Amino acid sequence: MRTKAIIRLLFTVGVITWLGLMLTDISIVFSSKNNIQAEVPLWLPNVILNLFIISLYYYYKFKVEHDEVLNFVDLLWRVFATGLISTVISLSLRLVEYLLGGTILTTHVVFAELIYLLNLGLMIGFLMMAFTAWKRLILYQKSKWLLRLWTVFEYGLLLTLVYHSLRLPIVEWLYSALLGIFIVLGLVLSGNMKWVAFLNFRQKWTGLLLLLLTIFYLLYIFYTIGSYATSVGEAATLNGDKIIFLDYRAHIFIICLMSFVTLYSIFSFLVILFNLPTTSVFEQKLEEVVNFQRISQSIQTEQSEESVYNILLETSVSTVFADAAWLEIKSNAHENKLFTYKITDKEAHDIIAHLQKQNVKGVLDQGTDRTKNLSKHLSSLKGSRFRSILAFPIYVKGENIGTLALLKELAEGFNKEMTRIVSTFANQAGISIENFRLMEEALQNERYKEELKIAKTVQKSLLPQVLEQDEAFDIAAFSESADEVGGDYYDTLRLNDHQVCLIVADVSGKGTTAAFHMSQMKGIFHSLAQHCIAPNEFMIRANQALVHCLERGSFISATFFIVDTQARTVTYARAGHCPLLYYRAAQDATEYFKDRGIALGMVRNKSYSNFIQSNEFEYQSGDIMVLYTDGITEAKDNRNEEFGYDRLAHVVQEVKDLPARQIQEYMISRLYEFSGTENINDDYTTMIVKFK
Amino acid sequence: MIHIKRLQEDGVDIVALVGEIDASSSIELDLAIARSVGEGFIKILVDCSALEYISSAGLGVFMSYIEEFKDKNISMVLFGMNDKVANTFQILGLNELLQITQSKDQAKQLIHEV
Repeated sequence: MRTKAIIRLLFTVGVITWLGLMLTDISIVFSSKNNIQAEVPLWLPNVILNLFIISLYYYYKFKVEHDEVLNFVDLLWRVFATGLISTVISLSLRLVEYLLGGTILTTHVVFAELIYLLNLGLMIGFLMMAFTAWKRLILYQKSKWLLRLWTVFEYGLLLTLVYHSLRLPIVEWLYSALLGIFIVLGLVLSGNMKWVAFLNFRQKWTGLLLLLLTIFYLLYIFYTIGSYATSVGEAATLNGDKIIFLDYRAHIFIICLMSFVTLYSIFSFLVILFNLPTTSVFEQKLEEVVNFQRISQSIQTEQSEESVYNILLETSVSTVFADAAWLEIKSNAHENKLFTYKITDKEAHDIIAHLQKQNVKGVLDQGTDRTKNLSKHLSSLKGSRFRSILAFPIYVKGENIGTLALLKELAEGFNKEMTRIVSTFANQAGISIENFRLMEEALQNERYKEELKIAKTVQKSLLPQVLEQDEAFDIAAFSESADEVGGDYYDTLRLNDHQVCLIVADVSGKGTTAAFHMSQMKGIFHSLAQHCIAPNEFMIRANQALVHCLERGSFISATFFIVDTQARTVTYARAGHCPLLYYRAAQDATEYFKDRGIALGMVRNKSYSNFIQSNEFEYQSGDIMVLYTDGITEAKDNRNEEFGYDRLAHVVQEVKDLPARQIQEYMISRLYEFSGTENINDDYTTMIVKFK
Repeated sequence: MIHIKRLQEDGVDIVALVGEIDASSSIELDLAIARSVGEGFIKILVDCSALEYISSAGLGVFMSYIEEFKDKNISMVLFGMNDKVANTFQILGLNELLQITQSKDQAKQLIHEV
């Protein structure tokens, strides 16, 4: 918004200064013609002219130099349009003059001066426009050195303006020297033509046309202004008077500007002209870069390997101008997958079969890693329109996954350069596909993790939320599993008003299978326990049931208890599970019950009954049963020492007087303290029963 | 981590276990025993004197061969276990299903009796 206001302001200043210039200069010419002392000082027109130039300079600076949208052709177009407008106005002035022709008015020096000034204004406007546009073109891809040179040029020109404004006496040698320096500087700067390379073929043609017309306008305006200046000068001297008028020919700035703008226009025209034949090469290079980017980016954007293949095919074809191509991808199925471009599957297969018959290595035999030009073998294939073929292997993780073949109807249609580029493409495509596969894998893993999480939640829900309570004992349980899904299980079941069943089990191994077996164990417990059977019978039947679901090498260790609060007894069977830790209040001592019994699933026949037994003991008030899994006794500290049976027994002794819940909490906190980490690597499960 | 070495003495295959057997290394133990069986040995000694730890998965490997050995008339004796490892076998009740001795001599004697 601010820029717009500035542009408007500058435009207004430009118009005002021009009007001022005409007024003052004409009044001077008029006065000197009539030999009257001019009312305006003689130096004023020069100053106003310079102000006009400066306002135009800034006007274009804001309008053109800082316009990001303009491209090269737009710039040329602007210059051309300004030139066109200037020329048309100048021509119409001539027309007016012609129409008025012959009258006194036209020969009057003031009229000549007016026409001259109008033309001068038009020329300066045109030149300033061109100057700003050329500045932008020269400073495209600038270097520090170039920028400095340009600054010197611009400030130097500004200084000449000041010099003129001060109306210092014109010294001939200084004038020529300055002019020479600026022309040389302009020449040096005109050597910067980098922008030309970035034009495409079409743009170059447009540029040529625009530049040619621009040069034409320049020449026309120079000619016009020159002739007017001469005629004003002649008219002035004809009358024998010395009339002072604003002669641009003494103005270094304008002369420099004219020469610089013309030089650069001609240079640009010639450079573009001579660049025309090589444009296609540059365009091709640019396309290669773009294609390469496309292949590299395909990994992020494409949804499937197939689209990567298609992009590879497309880009390779367009880069080397192949007439046809195919991409053969190895697949598990009998037939390899074929992606084709402008060639039928049959044709491709014919060529493949032909090359195979010729026993050529490179296209089909993917054991070779060399890119080969196989054109000479193609000539022996009758009926084929292709005369050149180039094949590239595509590697993913060092494994050849397919071949890219490019075909041309021309003999010897591929050069070394093309081979190199396409082989880069093929490599990049390989990398893209490899990345793609890695990403797929990562996603798959993520999915597995998600499922494992679900399994963990399911498993957690298999553990009872509420334990069976009884007036005769106090009970508490705890279970925490490691990152993976664990296989620990505990549960309680009331049989009748005086009998409660308890179970603690540990499924061998970890992971999802362990969680499945755990849920089977829960089913077995709930269906068998309610029949009020003896513990050893429970184990025998459980073993029988599990034989059919446990895979080879898997087993479940368990201890099953029936607490009879009427008889104050506990009957139990231990199937390979960690021995029960029992605290006897009467003796104030702990003890591990290491009875016979092997884990469920270890013996998969009837003989299991020989390996399991029921045991019974009477409990006293204050006695504590500590049920646990091996995660607790095998928990390790940082010195790799196990928590162990002794430490466990000791911990229980320390808190023997507390209720079950607090015993459990103390035990677990001691366990975490011991292992020194929150990240347990096995499941911690415990159930504590304290008799009242 | 487990290192398994095998050597043969008087037609007996001696499988020496060095290190720890957990869920992942139990596969190596399984392979070693399967190889021994595959090579036709019917007397296998397992040297556990350098076995520091065995997890339930490792025990599962021994367990899984019990019936196969019975069918094929192959005898296997484990010997030289340290107390901790022996305790692990005992708790699960595997000591009732497998033949376990203290020393190598005892193991050899036992395997030749059968």
